[in-house]
Amino acid sequence: MPQAPESAAAPQPALRLHDVRRSFRTGRRVSVALDGITATAARGAVSGLIGPDGAGKTTLMRLIAGLLRADAGTIEVLGIDVAREALRVQGRIGYMPQRFGLYEDLSVAENLDLYADLQGVRPAERPARYAELLHMTGLGPFTARIAGRLSGGMKQKLGLACTLVHPPELLLLDEPTVGVDPVSRRELWQIIDHLTRAAHMTVLFSTAYLDEAERCDNVLLIHEGRLLGHGRPGQFTAEMQGRCFHATAGLGRRRLQARLADAPGVIDAVIQGSRVRVVTAEAAPPVADVPALELTPAPPRFEDSFVARLRARGAVPPQRTPATAVPAASPLPAGPVISVAHLTRRFGAFVAVDDVSFTVARGEIFGLLGANGAGKSTTFRMLCGLLPASGGTLRVAGFDLRRAAAAARGRIGYMAQKFSLYGDLSVAQNLRFFSSAYRLSGARQRARVAWAEAEFELGAMREATARDLPLGFKQRLALACALMHEPDILFLDEPTSGVDPLARREFWRRINALAEAGVTVLVTTHFMEEAEHCDQLLIMAQGRVLAAGAPEAIRRRARTPARPDPTMEDAFIAVIDAPDRAAPP
Amino acid sequence: MSAGATRRLYGLLRKESLQIWRDPSALAIAFVLPAVLLMIFGYGVTLDARNVPIALVVQQPSAIAASFTSRFAHSPFFRPVRFLTIQDAERAMAARDVQGIVWLPGDFARRAESGGNAPIGVIVNGVDANDARIIEGYVQQAWATWLAARAAATGGDAAMALSVQPQVRFNPAVDSRDYLVPGLIAVIMTLTGALLTALVIAREWERGTMEALMVTRVTIHEILLAKLIPYFVLGMGGMAGSVAIAVFLFGVPLQGSVWVLTATSALFMLAALGMGLLISGFARNQFVAGQVAIITTFLPAFILSGFVFDINSMPQAVQTITHIVAARYFVAILQSVFLAGNVWSVILPNAVALAVMAAIFLALARATARKRLD
Repeated sequence: MPQAPESAAAPQPALRLHDVRRSFRTGRRVSVALDGITATAARGAVSGLIGPDGAGKTTLMRLIAGLLRADAGTIEVLGIDVAREALRVQGRIGYMPQRFGLYEDLSVAENLDLYADLQGVRPAERPARYAELLHMTGLGPFTARIAGRLSGGMKQKLGLACTLVHPPELLLLDEPTVGVDPVSRRELWQIIDHLTRAAHMTVLFSTAYLDEAERCDNVLLIHEGRLLGHGRPGQFTAEMQGRCFHATAGLGRRRLQARLADAPGVIDAVIQGSRVRVVTAEAAPPVADVPALELTPAPPRFEDSFVARLRARGAVPPQRTPATAVPAASPLPAGPVISVAHLTRRFGAFVAVDDVSFTVARGEIFGLLGANGAGKSTTFRMLCGLLPASGGTLRVAGFDLRRAAAAARGRIGYMAQKFSLYGDLSVAQNLRFFSSAYRLSGARQRARVAWAEAEFELGAMREATARDLPLGFKQRLALACALMHEPDILFLDEPTSGVDPLARREFWRRINALAEAGVTVLVTTHFMEEAEHCDQLLIMAQGRVLAAGAPEAIRRRARTPARPDPTMEDAFIAVIDAPDRAAPP
Repeated sequence: MSAGATRRLYGLLRKESLQIWRDPSALAIAFVLPAVLLMIFGYGVTLDARNVPIALVVQQPSAIAASFTSRFAHSPFFRPVRFLTIQDAERAMAARDVQGIVWLPGDFARRAESGGNAPIGVIVNGVDANDARIIEGYVQQAWATWLAARAAATGGDAAMALSVQPQVRFNPAVDSRDYLVPGLIAVIMTLTGALLTALVIAREWERGTMEALMVTRVTIHEILLAKLIPYFVLGMGGMAGSVAIAVFLFGVPLQGSVWVLTATSALFMLAALGMGLLISGFARNQFVAGQVAIITTFLPAFILSGFVFDINSMPQAVQTITHIVAARYFVAILQSVFLAGNVWSVILPNAVALAVMAAIFLALARATARKRLD
């Protein structure tokens, strides 16, 4: 069914939100997801809906798609009131939900056929449209493959192709890049650019990756259901002009970072490579009593402005460096704390981890970096003794995990993905439970619970139910629980996924302090920027090691004359491209 | 129906058929689940006692005692277990290892040989009143036939033998399975029908495909129809399989017409699928959908359909409730079609009731389904 194209002369925005409110009720609890959002999105442009997990992005997307009703306020999509005429809106938009909305039992071609039928694309128009979409997404050779057998990046592109079978006027993409490898992410952005530039499509794109803001034409920054900022990304970074610096000094980068973070006027200090990136409240360099401090101006990033806005709203985390106690555990044997050689894990014919070797020294922060499905979590579970290896050797704290998994586990603190707290228990009950699970009792247990409450500033929240805690507090509580028995090795599985930048910074400050105190930390992440906090990195894809070494060294390999200061993401793409592909175009 | 709507429905139906073919779980619910349940209940739920474990306590072994106890050993109804003392036997009964005790006291042989009265003790576990009554009857029967045989052999006093009257009439020719299996089919197909629609829709919610589906031009009508049609076909296939098991495996006679059976089954299947659609309106994951389907369809059908518990002997209030159990009408139809033939005075009113139930459930499912997540 042909869609009359809207008159290009119409200045009317593609999307108009006015004081949109929405809350959810579960039992007696009411949680406010959106608290008065007013914004517009221009036609033919990419608008980014940016914010951490729980900010209200998905709720807003669903409201726009007519899948939910707003409690108050109005939403106009392409000039149509969604609340009144949801079906008319749905005929003109395309929506890709978080899990891509694919039928995993159906092949690529069958998925396309289904969506073509649903969107009223005539059979005669299909071959040309399919050819175009398959070419654009690079799925041409895989039309007969069952969607469930595609990689994460390919699923994402097929999901996109399905929503584009009938070209929508407004394309809604809900977190399409979460957990997808950087190469697929780059390719997705190329497709989006093509859609807006060549096909004049309007795109609304939600993401928790702040670095993607800079690729949008227009940004809606939301946090806790409120709009923190709205405008071109350049406007956000322009505010930060002259307030960002790279610092080096005659002390370790972690010490330097801690000193600078406590300096007056500094609103942000993060480790970046061998340097520390500092952001100040005013357009002036930071003043700190640090020997041989060298400062060079740095270009501002979108994230700086988010941090500045959060600080301006009074969200000031404690500036002191947490004096996390040195573990009292017995000294470790000399040599590497963790050593892994030729580690392999098969599930039937599928090789999840393929010949992985590395060692981790005491007090080191070691990162496993890779997209979803790269084999990080499988490696992790083997290291924790939760999953037996199919081959290779694994030694943790001097114990062979094949023979003495229980003994090794006593030395390990483990923080699982999604934190695995008991949601119905209070903060204090969670602490007590986990400490008894680690066999603490009596005065010692009371002392550790008191330590955790003081150290992680959980005292005020003692009686709060864990489920109701903000994400940042949940993360703190989970870390406290993992530290109850003073482990000398800490395993963190996706610890900062989706938390806001301040909570993430605070988390890394604690992790850094622990590492300084001699705790060995192993962390998995799909956030490329987090790799900067690690001393050593292992980049994994499809179960194999792509690159290993210090973050600086890995980044240096991607350095080209055109790109003198590559990011970790550039480096990742470079290592993926390197072995089997020609030089990138 | 517009060309666009037809194409959308066709697309959804093709998708559903491909999914049924590639993911065996729907086929398992339609064919394997009824077959397994029919086997379990068909063989397990029977009102006849067979191979009942029973304790035999012979305090003083003797030829005459052995002649009596051998009757138990050769009976198809009992599986005798020997004990030396009555205390051991009572303990076994308390543990439900045996259902009853036959006790031959120490003076049994002496009294029997002296031609006098030789009483035996019979103790029956009364926990299950129905079982107890049946076992009691069987034991009395065994005792009576033994006495009669003995009297005939020795030319003794047969009148004493006849003085023990069996209280439960025993007729091995009547098999309660013929009566139970048709009702069982109704109960099982209630569960299968509801599970088919409730689970597949919940699966779409779980996998996030429903969300993508809803933001297209498809209407809620088309979504429901696209679920109803394929699973109706599948459910009828399962029904046919169950009837085949009943007739060919259990040997239940099918007296009535296959066409009456097919037509009434279709009405019933619509009602069962409608219940599933209604459940899917609020159960957004397969676990909840499965639990709700079992509790709201299978259990009421089992207890309130009259397939084993007689509706007329229920309290009035409970009898009223049975009218909203679709399986009740189908049980009546199936028992009639299988055992008695096309008895229109039974089939017609129950078929009308099924049609009304189907209409109500489908209308409720349509009314509660919305093209929204909240």
